[in-house]
Amino acid sequence: MSMEENIKEGLVKNFSFLENKIQVQRPRRLLLDVDLERFEEVFEYLTKGLKFGHLIAITGLDEQDKLSFIYHMAQDGGIMINIKTSVPKDNFAIKTISGRFPSAEVYERELVDLLGAKVEGLPEGSRYPLVDDWPKGQFPLRKDWKTK
Amino acid sequence: MSDKNKFKIPIGPQHPALKEPESFSVALKGEKILGVDIRLGYNHRGVEKACEERTYIQDMYLVERVCGICSHSHSTCFVQAVEEIAGLQVPRRALYIRTLVSELERIHSHLLWLGVAGHEIGFDTLLMYTWRDREVVMDILAELTGNRVNYGMNTIGGVRRDINPDQIKKVLKGMDILEERTKYYIEVASKETTVIKRLLGVGILSHEDALRLDAVGPTARASNVNRDVRRDDPYAAYSEVSFNVITDDHNDIYGRTLVRVKELMEAYKIVRQVLKDMPDGPITVKAPRKIPAGEATSRYEAPRGEDMHYVKSNGTEKPERVKIRAPTLANIQAVKHMLKDRFLADMPIVIAAIDPCFSCTDRLISINDLDRTKSEIVTWEGLRDYSIKWYKEKGIDFSKVEI
Repeated sequence: MSMEENIKEGLVKNFSFLENKIQVQRPRRLLLDVDLERFEEVFEYLTKGLKFGHLIAITGLDEQDKLSFIYHMAQDGGIMINIKTSVPKDNFAIKTISGRFPSAEVYERELVDLLGAKVEGLPEGSRYPLVDDWPKGQFPLRKDWKTK
Repeated sequence: MSDKNKFKIPIGPQHPALKEPESFSVALKGEKILGVDIRLGYNHRGVEKACEERTYIQDMYLVERVCGICSHSHSTCFVQAVEEIAGLQVPRRALYIRTLVSELERIHSHLLWLGVAGHEIGFDTLLMYTWRDREVVMDILAELTGNRVNYGMNTIGGVRRDINPDQIKKVLKGMDILEERTKYYIEVASKETTVIKRLLGVGILSHEDALRLDAVGPTARASNVNRDVRRDDPYAAYSEVSFNVITDDHNDIYGRTLVRVKELMEAYKIVRQVLKDMPDGPITVKAPRKIPAGEATSRYEAPRGEDMHYVKSNGTEKPERVKIRAPTLANIQAVKHMLKDRFLADMPIVIAAIDPCFSCTDRLISINDLDRTKSEIVTWEGLRDYSIKWYKEKGIDFSKVEI
């Protein structure tokens, strides 16, 4: 069995609710969909237990009535897992991971600025990447935001 | 020292010595840096949003312009994701040509960096030498792709230009010249007193910190982090060539210099292998205009470190979402860490060592005293008058000196 299948099986064994939520997209790529309530424990298991300790980026997506976040994490051997979680668009927050992964700070600020995500516990600091006088409530990466 | 002597000096966002606008707010106590706030985003052009409004082919040319140096890196990283979603089998010859251009780009980028680093430490001879030699690889790139930068080599499903035996000869000749020159640079980097004295122990990033802060590329590898996407998550033809991942345990700018010059030698090795083993055959497969719904994440070892593109498609000819994470963003936390408790004079080379470049002389300085709310702008003339007055009070009169 391939390493990727092993990881998938191990995850399902530990978290039965992940059954049918994990895809092996291709060699060295896994995609995992997890509810926000269970995100922390799964994230902890993957980053500490399975050593997916290298944060590459966080992608934010506007998916109609919800915002989704993909945490791109990699192991040293080259296997990368994309951990996806979603929140309803109105007034739901995700927790920052910048305590454990300092590099997440800029990625999370980007989610706040461009998608209007709420990130709890993000340390104070200058915004990124929009200008300081950018109008409030305008989130360019939202699908209803038009450039013209 | 009393708190009155703490100053906050903003450097940037617009600065004659900066290639790109970025702003560093440096809290100083005397010569020592207490902390740095970095404000980025001045160059944010909304490329990700623009990608959603354009076709895949247009996007490929757009993302090529994310960076003027790593242009092939971004376009390759993007097309790989699109090709994965579309299930395209890219011809092997095309993968070899991509690998070739990728390594030529690394050579030009590392030589450029070596020159910039030399300049930042006042060793301008090194700048002149490396930039002269860099022209060899720039000419090769222009010959193969038609351009010195923004090569336009990729297309979805392969590459746009083939390579002929005449060009191969020219590339090989260029590699021989550059290899000889690089041997000399390795000698300079590892033995020249100016370099060693200025770089050893400066911009320290321990192995643990490099891992904790998720540093990438030569910055991480010089802190003995053995990571390289080319080997760990091979793309293009990298699984078929042999090369060493260069690491170093100096954990400082000296180490970062050694990693880059040694990576040059590996790049020449890869270029020769690619040219020797390049298979015959087509250079492209036909790609559909509409890409089926799906998503893919592509990784690429750019000269500055790992580049990542995430593409989500929706079955139309335009992507649903494109996410780009360039290596410098990943190294920002590492730079903050490297500068803390170090001297202001080290700042230019510390910042340049991750490979954006920077120098901190300016004609306009804004001083915010941390203990007061007042802030004032001091012009070059103002600073001169201030220094004349300061010396006058100490009994030295410079006011009669002509400048």
